[in-house]
Amino acid sequence: MVSHNISRRTLLTGTAAAGALSLTGLPARADINWKKYSGTKLEVILAKGPRGDNLQKYIKEFTELSGIQVESEQIPEQQQRQKVVIELTSGRPSFDVVHISYHVQKRQFEKAGWLADMTPYLKDPTLTPPDLVESDFSAAGLQYARNDKGQMLSLPWSVDYFILYYNKELFQKKGVEVPKTLEEMAVAAEKLTDPKEGVYGFVGRGLRNANMAMWTNFYLNYGGEFLDAKGNILSDGPEAIEATKLYQRLLTKSAPPGVAGFNWMESMASFTQGRAAMWIDADGWAPPLEDPAASRVVGKVGYTRVPAGPKGQFSSTYGDGIGIAAASKNKEAAYLLCQWVASKGQGTRLLQAGGGVPFRNSIVDDPEVAKGVKTKEWLQSVIDSAKISKLGLPVIIPVAEYRDTVGAALTATLSGADPATELKKAHEQFRPILERSEKA
Amino acid sequence: MSVITQTSPAAAQDAALEKQLRRPSYWPFVLPALVVVVAIIIFPWVFTIWMSLNEWKVGAPTSFVGFSNYLRLTSDPRFLEAVVHTIIYTALSVLLPLVFGTFAAVVFHQKFAGRGFLRGVFIMPMMATPVAIALVWTMMFHPQLGVLNYLLSLVGIPAQLWVFHPATVIPSLVLVETWQWTPLVMLIVLGGLAAIPTEPYESAQIDGANFWQVFRFITLPLIMPFLFIAGMIRMIDAVKSFDIIFAITQGGPGSASETINIYLYSVAFTYYDLGYGSAIAVVFFLLIVLLAAVMLHARQRMVWTEIASDA
Repeated sequence: MVSHNISRRTLLTGTAAAGALSLTGLPARADINWKKYSGTKLEVILAKGPRGDNLQKYIKEFTELSGIQVESEQIPEQQQRQKVVIELTSGRPSFDVVHISYHVQKRQFEKAGWLADMTPYLKDPTLTPPDLVESDFSAAGLQYARNDKGQMLSLPWSVDYFILYYNKELFQKKGVEVPKTLEEMAVAAEKLTDPKEGVYGFVGRGLRNANMAMWTNFYLNYGGEFLDAKGNILSDGPEAIEATKLYQRLLTKSAPPGVAGFNWMESMASFTQGRAAMWIDADGWAPPLEDPAASRVVGKVGYTRVPAGPKGQFSSTYGDGIGIAAASKNKEAAYLLCQWVASKGQGTRLLQAGGGVPFRNSIVDDPEVAKGVKTKEWLQSVIDSAKISKLGLPVIIPVAEYRDTVGAALTATLSGADPATELKKAHEQFRPILERSEKA
Repeated sequence: MSVITQTSPAAAQDAALEKQLRRPSYWPFVLPALVVVVAIIIFPWVFTIWMSLNEWKVGAPTSFVGFSNYLRLTSDPRFLEAVVHTIIYTALSVLLPLVFGTFAAVVFHQKFAGRGFLRGVFIMPMMATPVAIALVWTMMFHPQLGVLNYLLSLVGIPAQLWVFHPATVIPSLVLVETWQWTPLVMLIVLGGLAAIPTEPYESAQIDGANFWQVFRFITLPLIMPFLFIAGMIRMIDAVKSFDIIFAITQGGPGSASETINIYLYSVAFTYYDLGYGSAIAVVFFLLIVLLAAVMLHARQRMVWTEIASDA
């Protein structure tokens, strides 16, 4: 594996040079009162993944700094979401700090009032370092973290842009150029497909629900918007039909058999085995792709933005945040932890390990931080994608139903169903669900 | 405790008195069981029915809506499809294990070398954890890397999509279910075969019946009650099957293998729509009760015909 681990020394020099040296073992800034809540115990519930790992790996530093004991557990994403919701509904959650998936849970959490307002803490210099200001978060991050009253209910932690991964070797072999538009991509995918060799031009999520995250890249680039001003869902319009036709074309003509059941994991397997020439997915997969123990395409992977559509070029964006349960009795201590999680030091580590991209511009745009990132092309694709970032799912409560229902329609087109008919059917099914949830 | 051996008027009076005093004292003994039954069976049911009559979403206020959740069911295509999937899935995963299990039992009833060992091997699938099985099968089903397509390629059959295509997903899942539960049917039927007297076989031999006739007219009718039990157990298991489907396909591709149980899970725990989920649970329960009633009725009729044919 290409070592993405960073030593404490490189991290320190990196952050020191950037002038945002705050809490990596060196004396803390005088104005934050780290020890004020010393002795407090915090419970944290995390979704399993590199972000949780990054927190758990360095949590001792936080405890040294603050004297706050932190118990944390990582649970697989789907189960974590369920557990969190069930516990929050009970009114006595077992955790103080919660890791949330904005693209699924934002509206639900806001409406239920489960998260504590962080706005006053952010303004309190005894709790917040001066470099942590709202304006440092990217627009998508603020859109996710703020409710409609402008309160910050969480700190944006890690953002996922969708990017295009491609296999340079296969492209060279067939003399194909890296596509700039979706149309070019579909044509390239067909050229690169060679079933006799077991090589396919494109791979991506076909599995219901998961596929929505990829499909929206097409939808947005065909000019689609999810909701109109009145909150009606629009994703069965002409843009959606065109996007679905492209989806159907790519995954039926140029993708490996069985792609209808593929999530990111299966897609990645195909890509790392050199069986797929292109793959569109979230930006977090550089470490496994560049790991010789798990991948046959080490050093051959190109990273770039999702190609442009006829109506623009966007990268579907999703994200995670870290918030405080409104029912927690240790909100200030919990906030200290949250701001440490979103700090420059922790964000730098996350980015340099390739485990995620912080929402903070001061980290992503910092050339010193970039020096520690092994795969430069990947970082560039992330920086480029940040500029064309657009929320990848409608901000509504029944996101899971939306993904399931429309996702099933997309999957159905892979076995030959007509895109327009399927989308229409799915939206007829979904509209009453949306109405019911927004009205409640 | 005193035992009354003589009946004197005084003793009789005592006994009557004792009985009178005793009667209410039964209740304390019944009470623990009653509390448990009410707490873990009756209360959840009543509560489920109550939830099903409400708009009950996690994180939102609840409101009474009468039967509108049930009305919603009738126009919910995903639910209706789930009912169809459940029926197909159940029918196939009752029938196939019954057929193969009976066949296996007849084979393993014969005496041959290594029978005990082979019987042991044969029932191994039954002992494995469904989720572990599901993961192994998922790998075997893989269209490019799976062993099943490799085996097919050896005999010149083109690669199949198995659980990755809507048309083949249910049969493929039933394959796993059959593989796992055929041994159970075999064990039950084997027990039945061991209980059959040998005389009918001897007289059939004298009458010159062939193997098929012996099976059709002697073995099958005699093991029918056992097959019936096996079928009932299979049916109850198959109709509420969750683990294998969830671990292999999660109801996909699309919603092609979504049974009522899987849909119910999604509605209640992914969409957090507890009211609607409860309505599905109630209907699902009624469906199972109905199915069980039909089975019991069929069983009674079967007993009746046995008596009738005896007469």
